[in-house]
Amino acid sequence: MAERKKVGITGYGAYVPQHRIRVEEIARVWGTDAESYKKGLGLREKSVPAPDEDTITMSVEAARYALMRCSVDPRLIGAVYVGSESHPYAVKPTGTTLAEAIGATPDIHCADFEFACKAGSEAMFVALSVVRAGEMEYALAVGADTSQGAPGDALEYSAAAGAAAFIMGGEDLLAVCEATYSFMTDTPDFWRREYQFYPSHAGRFTGEPAYFKHILGAAEGILKKTGMKPTDFAWAVFHQPNGKFPQKVGKMLGFTQEQIEPGWLSPTLGNTYSGSSPMGLSATLDVAKPGDRILMISYGSGAGSDSFVWTVTDRIDEVRNAAPATRAMLEDHPRYVDYGTYAKFRGKIKKAE
Amino acid sequence: MIAPRIRRGMPQRYRYEAGKCKKCGKVFFPPRLICSACQSREFETIRLNRLGKVLTYTIIRVPPSQFKDEAPYAMGVVELEGGGRITAQIVDCDFDDVNIGMPVKIEFRRIQAEGESGVIGYGYKCVPA
Amino acid sequence: MRDVAVIGVGMQKWGELWEKSLRDIFVESALLAIEDAGVDKIDSMIIGCMSSGLFVGQEHIGSLLADYLGAAPVPATRVETACASGGAAFRMGFIEVASGLSDIVLVGGVEKMTDVGGDEATYALGTAADQEYEGFNGITFPGLYAMMARRHMHEHGTTREQLAMVAVKNHENGSKNPLAQFPMKITVEQVLNSVMVADPLRILDCSPITDGAAAAILCSLETARKIKSNRLIRVAGSGQATDTIAFHDRDDLTALKSTAVAANMAYRMAGKKPSDIDLAEVHDCFTIAEICITEALGFAERGRGGKFVESGDTRIGGKIPVNASGGLKSKGHPVGATGIAQIIEVVHQLREEAGERQVKGARVGLTQNMGGSGGSAVVHILEAL
Repeated sequence: MAERKKVGITGYGAYVPQHRIRVEEIARVWGTDAESYKKGLGLREKSVPAPDEDTITMSVEAARYALMRCSVDPRLIGAVYVGSESHPYAVKPTGTTLAEAIGATPDIHCADFEFACKAGSEAMFVALSVVRAGEMEYALAVGADTSQGAPGDALEYSAAAGAAAFIMGGEDLLAVCEATYSFMTDTPDFWRREYQFYPSHAGRFTGEPAYFKHILGAAEGILKKTGMKPTDFAWAVFHQPNGKFPQKVGKMLGFTQEQIEPGWLSPTLGNTYSGSSPMGLSATLDVAKPGDRILMISYGSGAGSDSFVWTVTDRIDEVRNAAPATRAMLEDHPRYVDYGTYAKFRGKIKKAE
Repeated sequence: MIAPRIRRGMPQRYRYEAGKCKKCGKVFFPPRLICSACQSREFETIRLNRLGKVLTYTIIRVPPSQFKDEAPYAMGVVELEGGGRITAQIVDCDFDDVNIGMPVKIEFRRIQAEGESGVIGYGYKCVPA
Repeated sequence: MRDVAVIGVGMQKWGELWEKSLRDIFVESALLAIEDAGVDKIDSMIIGCMSSGLFVGQEHIGSLLADYLGAAPVPATRVETACASGGAAFRMGFIEVASGLSDIVLVGGVEKMTDVGGDEATYALGTAADQEYEGFNGITFPGLYAMMARRHMHEHGTTREQLAMVAVKNHENGSKNPLAQFPMKITVEQVLNSVMVADPLRILDCSPITDGAAAAILCSLETARKIKSNRLIRVAGSGQATDTIAFHDRDDLTALKSTAVAANMAYRMAGKKPSDIDLAEVHDCFTIAEICITEALGFAERGRGGKFVESGDTRIGGKIPVNASGGLKSKGHPVGATGIAQIIEVVHQLREEAGERQVKGARVGLTQNMGGSGGSAVVHILEAL
């Protein structure tokens, strides 16, 4: 069998909206106990997209940062894949707007992906595959969401907004993709039917038989496939529906808090759905050293996980500072909003036609 | 029906493409067919720098109908590094932080939409740099 | 080119004229002008109107108004240069008579603005800016002039109080004008405490939304002398100019270049200089506009328009009374009609018919009408014979 082409990440970037809402503020409106939510979910606040931010705008900004971290001519990007459950149009692609904005049209393949919170890693998987297949030199993959939680629902405390973009290529890699493995079953733990504004979920069924089963399945699969163990990794990133789950699943797999720490954004970011594990990866790349190995596992309801093993190269030190760090965007100048403003921003107020 | 107009404006609103007069160097945003300074018709297409400074500004408190939900909002005339000026909203900052000389950066944002079901117009806004 | 005279003017009280249609308000004023002129026919009509399409959904108002004036089949044309449409109509009428093509021309202006809501009116007026590069991004007219004000304050030290003084003076004058929409006097404090529209401009810095029309009759001086023996007013100078449509494209954000160029054309044609002007009606759509205009017309030094209004020189009784009628601010601003109403005020002043607001001994008057943020300007100089 011929040796597989080496592929990986040539450029990466993330985008975090400036606005935040605190758990206390949501709890105040719905008369719930903020402390128990903060403890139960392991998060204090979440990002809120402004009315002029959506999956397309965040994808464009994240992609521009990714381009700043490499010298790729946008016209050499052969594909744009955007994973999201909040594409601004139900029909009309996010990818074409993104491709147009970065100057990658018209010699390009575009596709939008949707798989609950896994759509971003899906886009990454496909982008890696088309580059590996030799179809094109570079492919851009984005995970982005401005996800909605129904007013008063537990999801409202965590559903957040953010994006991460990765330019996949075969040369000038800053992280090599050593292996991938995916694990899927038909598990109805969370969904949104066509024409519904808010998603529905199956409560505690979203935990053990859904999130944990699939992440553990994907982790075991990729560790077996590569013959690696948790100590072989400098860092690990797991999908972050809240602050607690990634910590718990990391522990179950034998990872330490130190290993998950850099990519563990959810306590102050919330769940950015398709952007979640990709943003965790971008934040981890911001601190990783050459030679570091990173395990990344996404999770999307419905349900499945994609896992990736990345090995960071020497190039990381050259490009890291060419664009803002993910944590800097998360921590610098947050603008807190009250629930009324949040509800207005998120279109939760019924208005006259 | 604004779809054709939205499409036509993309080189400027998405990529900030401007025309630079090959003879006198004046930057036109959007590009023009004839230079108003030297009457030359030879231009090269350039992209405006995304960094600039506020020349003057206001806070719009009585908006046109399409911007009703966003008011009040700050707007300014911004001079970009290397030439070219735009009139744009200045977002993600307190009104008190907006001032003449303020360094700003262009970001890609949603500008306006034809109601809940129409085409979405994307373009440029400025944020503190 | 023949000498041209203004031999008749007509205008009714402006305001929110709920019971009257665009055609009614225009015909009322046109009939008054015809009566005042004492003519029994007109050869042609030119009507200034900015946006009957957006305000009342009616284009082709040349035909409509000629028909309802009972003047069809005379040629009737609508001209549009945003808020300078009235001034442009006057200039087109002047050219038509001066050229000898027509002998008696009715020039008018009209705007019916209150059939739409406030934000629709804001939108309609906003179309006078660069729709693709200013309007698309959310700018409004108060916003554009607010940015001009902010820059003027920054560069020249113009104060918020000086802006307010423009409004106070114009309301003082307007209180003596029975046709004004808002003839009440106001104070600087009231201006400074009024609702903010576009910082630093407040509602009392802004001209209002108005329904109104105005009309004038132009004819050759030769014909005028046959009809009237006294109170003849000659159009001594006419100028019109353009500037960049987008405010941001001006090298100098506080200089109204189109006004300066149009004024120079008019001064040259009339053989006059700024110090020859006894009174001026200018386009104070916002208080800052009047400050910048007095500079562009050469009344005040560059950058000193704020101090000029503060000095009292622009009051009735001052060096150059500006907006004795009350201006757009107090009299109202039915955009297409404004340029003609400015002419009417100067005619009344030169005929010494301005009552309480009469500028004593006025012989030469200037009008300055402006479209957009200064993308168009029209200047006329009238002289009493």
